[in-house]
Amino acid sequence: MQRAMGAALLAAVGVIHQSERCLPTTRRKIFHSMPEHAGTGGELSPAIEVRDLRKVYGGVVAVGGISFALMPGTITALLGGNGAGKTTTIAMLMGLVVATSGTVRVLGADMARHRHHVLHRVNFESPYADIPMRLTVRENLDVFGRIYGVKDLSQRIGEVARELRLTELLDRPYGKLSAGQKTRVSLAKALINQPEVLLLDEPTASLDPDTADWVRSTIEAYARDRRATVVLASHNMAEVERLAGRVIMLERGHIIADESPQALIARYGRRNLEETFLAITRRRDDDSLVAAAREDER
Amino acid sequence: MMAEQGRHLLAQQGPAASVRRISGLVLRYWYVIRSSWPRTAELIYWPLVQMIMWGFLQKHLAQTTSLAGKAAGIFIGGVLLWDILVRSQLGFSTTFLEEVWSRNLGHLMMSPLRAWEMGVALMVVSLVKLSVAMLPVMILANVFFGFNAFSLGVAFAIFFANLVMMSWALGFVAVGAVIRWGLGAESLAWLIVFVLLPLVCVYYPLSTLPGWLQPVALALPPTHVFEGLRSLVLEGRFDGQAMVIAFALNFVYLTAGFWVFHHLLEVARRAGSLVQMGE
Repeated sequence: MQRAMGAALLAAVGVIHQSERCLPTTRRKIFHSMPEHAGTGGELSPAIEVRDLRKVYGGVVAVGGISFALMPGTITALLGGNGAGKTTTIAMLMGLVVATSGTVRVLGADMARHRHHVLHRVNFESPYADIPMRLTVRENLDVFGRIYGVKDLSQRIGEVARELRLTELLDRPYGKLSAGQKTRVSLAKALINQPEVLLLDEPTASLDPDTADWVRSTIEAYARDRRATVVLASHNMAEVERLAGRVIMLERGHIIADESPQALIARYGRRNLEETFLAITRRRDDDSLVAAAREDER
Repeated sequence: MMAEQGRHLLAQQGPAASVRRISGLVLRYWYVIRSSWPRTAELIYWPLVQMIMWGFLQKHLAQTTSLAGKAAGIFIGGVLLWDILVRSQLGFSTTFLEEVWSRNLGHLMMSPLRAWEMGVALMVVSLVKLSVAMLPVMILANVFFGFNAFSLGVAFAIFFANLVMMSWALGFVAVGAVIRWGLGAESLAWLIVFVLLPLVCVYYPLSTLPGWLQPVALALPPTHVFEGLRSLVLEGRFDGQAMVIAFALNFVYLTAGFWVFHHLLEVARRAGSLVQMGE
């Protein structure tokens, strides 16, 4: 009975997330009412479940108690200016940074204690983490394929190389490739284990429009075909608008908006996500300046 | 309960999975060694220069003093054994530094690779680098100066094992410091082993040290190795008991070294320094 209720609640969360009409406060109330192990291993379990996640570095709050749940097969964008807490949040999702408090569950595993139970089913790509320059593309994929325990590795390297148009580049050192080619190799590394959860930090940074568009199509197709959960951190609002079904906007470590790009644009009455993002961040900056000025006056 | 594993992946638990991940990382370093002949030459260069310099010094002393004539092989043997300690520690630490220099550490830390598996891979690679560096040098020491390290037989294997274990213990501490404090601690990876040089009696007997320093020296496993080399060359006597003590000490140091590495890795996860290192 309790399980059925939990499943119903989770279904509600899933529906709400998909319809993307719910205000963040309402979502949070529903989220907090979920039973501790509701739906674990079931069809409706969130792929990523974050509760009251908080990270403080020496008195500075990087992430200030955020909660959200991401269902399988969804693409969610983490937005925010520099220092908003996106990278720290992604690092905590992957277990690279330990939270000060709160929990992160990925594919059912508590990332603080049991990350090694699921890390082989997760992968990531970021322009801030390179892969070894001296190794050829094939050698890099070989190494990561072994670490992730990919079956029929040679075959998989061939497949992923074809999908990402890397076949001709397989025997060239990674360090000698162009920026666009390197991004495709990084993406190949991120897809070598066919992850169920894929974290992408600025996946099209420094790419020309044609390559960037091609990369977006690849991500879209992968998420759709594999029913993978994708978390995307990006400053490119057009990219977010195209790929993401949901946007979580962070500012100074707090969630200030959590809905679909279309709902967010409509709520602020703007033409696109870029204008909406600027409206939100500048309005909040203005509010902060006014508050600071009033504080000074007092 | 964890969700079930994808069918396209091999089993992730158990010894076979660990061996596969370790071999993957070893392969990554082997590809680097293989791709650059200057790096291979660099491995051999310094031990070769040391061996030649000390070989000529030994030759000169053998012609001018009766002790050195009697103790042929002490200096060259000492140099070769000291270089085993140094090269093995540098092989361990610089292999890890490759990950920091290439900004690949984040990829490994977010992969299924365990900390201890990374440690084992670094040990294996340090042995590979040591073999590449020392085998040609040992052969040349025999050709030019008539010192055949392998003629020491089992004793040489025991000396070798003790020195390599100590080098790994130091390597774990150096790597842990780099993980925690970033490249600001890189010099520790290069220099940590040299703090032992005056203490472990490479070129002089233990009795040369002041009395208060001798217990400190005896608490370090390499001291037993270098004392053992001298007693073998000068007296033809192998001190098995000293070697047992050296192994016991090495067990303690290696365990402590790994603990420090693991602890600093966890501190780095809490401090967020792994993310900054990736950037």
